[in-house]
Amino acid sequence: MAAVQGTVDRVRSIDVEAYKYGFVSPIESDVAPKGLNEDIIRFISARKEEPEWLLAWRLDAFRRWLTMGAPKWARVEYPPIDFQEIHYFSAPKTTPGPKSLDDVDPELLRTYAKLGIPLVEQEILAGVERPRVAVDAVFDSVSVATTFKAELAKVGVIFCSFSEAVRNHPDLVRRYLGTVVPATDNFYATLNSAVFSDGSFVYVPPGIRCPMELSTYFRINEKNTGQFERTLIVADKGSYVSYLEGCTAPKRDENQLHAAVVELIALEDAEIKYSTVQNWYPGDAEGKGGIYNFVTKRGDCRGARSKISWTQVETGSAITWKYPSCILRGEASRGEFYSIAISNGRQQVDSGTKMIHLGCNTRSRIISKGIAAGKSQNTYRGQVSAHRLATGARNFTNCDSLLIGHQCGAHTVPYIEAKNASAIIEHEATTSKVSEEQLFYCLQRGLSAEEATALIVNGFVRDVLQQLPMEFAVEAQKLIAISLEGSVG
Amino acid sequence: MMQAAGPMLEIKKLSVSIHGAPILEDLNLTVRAGEVAAIMGPNGSGKSTLAYVIAGKPDYEIVSGEIWFDGEDLLELEPNERAQKGVFLAFQYPVEIPGVATMTFMKATLNARRRSRGQGDLTTPDFMRRVREASQMLKLDQEMLRRPLNVGFSGGEKKRLEILQMALLRPRLCVLDETDSGLDIDALKVVSDGVNALRDPERAFLVITHYQRLLEHIRPDVVHVMAKGRIVASGGPELALELERNGYRDYAEAAA
Ligand SMILES: Nc1ncnc2c1ncn2[C@@H]1O[C@H](COP(=O)(O)OP(=O)(O)OP(=O)(O)O)[C@@H](O)[C@H]1O
Ligand SMILES: [Mg+2]
Repeated sequence: MAAVQGTVDRVRSIDVEAYKYGFVSPIESDVAPKGLNEDIIRFISARKEEPEWLLAWRLDAFRRWLTMGAPKWARVEYPPIDFQEIHYFSAPKTTPGPKSLDDVDPELLRTYAKLGIPLVEQEILAGVERPRVAVDAVFDSVSVATTFKAELAKVGVIFCSFSEAVRNHPDLVRRYLGTVVPATDNFYATLNSAVFSDGSFVYVPPGIRCPMELSTYFRINEKNTGQFERTLIVADKGSYVSYLEGCTAPKRDENQLHAAVVELIALEDAEIKYSTVQNWYPGDAEGKGGIYNFVTKRGDCRGARSKISWTQVETGSAITWKYPSCILRGEASRGEFYSIAISNGRQQVDSGTKMIHLGCNTRSRIISKGIAAGKSQNTYRGQVSAHRLATGARNFTNCDSLLIGHQCGAHTVPYIEAKNASAIIEHEATTSKVSEEQLFYCLQRGLSAEEATALIVNGFVRDVLQQLPMEFAVEAQKLIAISLEGSVG
Repeated sequence: MMQAAGPMLEIKKLSVSIHGAPILEDLNLTVRAGEVAAIMGPNGSGKSTLAYVIAGKPDYEIVSGEIWFDGEDLLELEPNERAQKGVFLAFQYPVEIPGVATMTFMKATLNARRRSRGQGDLTTPDFMRRVREASQMLKLDQEMLRRPLNVGFSGGEKKRLEILQMALLRPRLCVLDETDSGLDIDALKVVSDGVNALRDPERAFLVITHYQRLLEHIRPDVVHVMAKGRIVASGGPELALELERNGYRDYAEAAA
């Protein structure tokens, strides 16, 4: 109830400038020259002091990428991207690499404080300690700080920037990198493999329940810079980890490319819960500017009885192209996908999931809520397949779309494939509108049109919001209200 | 009943159409503070339309006429502004809002109302106490209020919930559109008691009904008969009894 009140308050406080993370930080950066070629890749790899095998891996990916074309099957439209006009590396000058919090540029700390991300380890407010969240902050191409590292290390949890993992845990990285999303997977993932900048690395040792939420916060600051982060999370046998990713970018008139790759690996009896609150700059009401969010996220339930759960709240980006998926390899493993995708203005969303049932008695569950307002287009694209050996596989999909106004579109594109006769796949889909009747009823009781819409939408997405870690559910609810700003009235 | 100085609600020569079809024509109606006015009339005579137009539902075209509420031009106000000034409509067909707990909805509306008057939000215990009192009065199970608003509620439960909201919001003008339809005999008594408990010299009721039975519980000060989009007769409670005996035929002819 308090959360709904929070939403209402937030709607109330909205001014004309709805995207409040649109500021640019005055931070000097080391930027690689524009353009993409083998020298740039060598430059990135050298800057990160990477081992030879990783450079070779990048170069292989690059050569492969040159032979590939951008995917055309999604329901999104954008002019061809000139990959030579992008900077592939940008690092804040004062922070050559991750070090202790005390050494971080105060301007960066201020930037994150402004974004509501505390890069401090003690948050004591009026004597009450807030739930602790370890944060890895990635600014343009590098990780600038990771909190709670020492405390996590006590139980053997590794949480650090990807670059640091390459330096300090090369065997783990080499063993798992590219094993879920191969370097040749798809156009954007292959590009990422060639030029990836930084990201987070997590390893949870056998039997350990990670003692706090882990979170990475991505910020694109530099102009004309692509962000190509790479995240790798490995949950060893019988372990558990909950991880949250957040992102914002300044308002800029040009489109910016964000092509990330996330790989999750859950071994026997392990569980990974991965939540995203995506709030990249969506562009203005006319569709100028905004982030192109072309992301490959995939989890591999490698061990028996393992579980991977994706929860996403997508409110930003000019274009979202994103299908967090699960490969259900281990016997009786489970995959879940809970999604809220909101589009307003001229945003285009093509998002969904793939549940690939390979092992027997694997189960998956998909709950997707798409909300389209303004002149946006919102597509759910999902694939559920049960392979020959996936005896007893089960899937349940529920996909609801809500339309606000008359100029937006919602589309549902399910692909279902069962090669094993015992597989049970259920698919439910609905499309509804925020009806005039509902709005009038709320108005009659004294709510404003905006409060009413926020309330109705929050009702619509409730079952997904419940999947988010508590602290973030409240945040997400506020974000939903903000992104629907201007959609009524 | 003592009558206050100026009328609370004054409707003058109101003509309303929808998609070009006239529904209300030259309608005049006055309701005073403290008054309970019943409106009766055949199906399709425009009773719900009148209720909606008072509450400000979009889609209706106000062709001509005026509506004054506490000296303010109601037609200039948005529906939520009217609500904040104290206009309440108990819907003939209450609306379902999936996923929004009834309790959450009521708290949001109550606080919106309070804020519009410069009051702070209610604390949760305060809110719960008010809900408990009102739901006991209306014999509504409080567990039900955790369910999504009106979703899967029986017809009678929906109607009782409308009155529960009315009791919480304590409006100035309560328009009840066929609140009695769909209620069993016991529920009719409960709802009527709820309404009667809210009777107050500072509050007025416009009770739309087809049945004399409701008016036995909620004794009206005035009865208006509506036919073909106008008020064609007004009188005391005895008028309702006469309608019960003779039907609307005479009035329908008078309006034609
Ligand atoms: N949206 C609409 N479009 C077209 N006609 C409408 C619309 N709403 C109401 N009407 C017409 O207006 C007339 C008055 O309807 P209204 O609902 O106000 O009647 P009522 O007196 O409340 O009837 P009842 O006793 O059945 O509730 C009816 O003929 C109805 O068909
Ligand atoms: Mg009616």
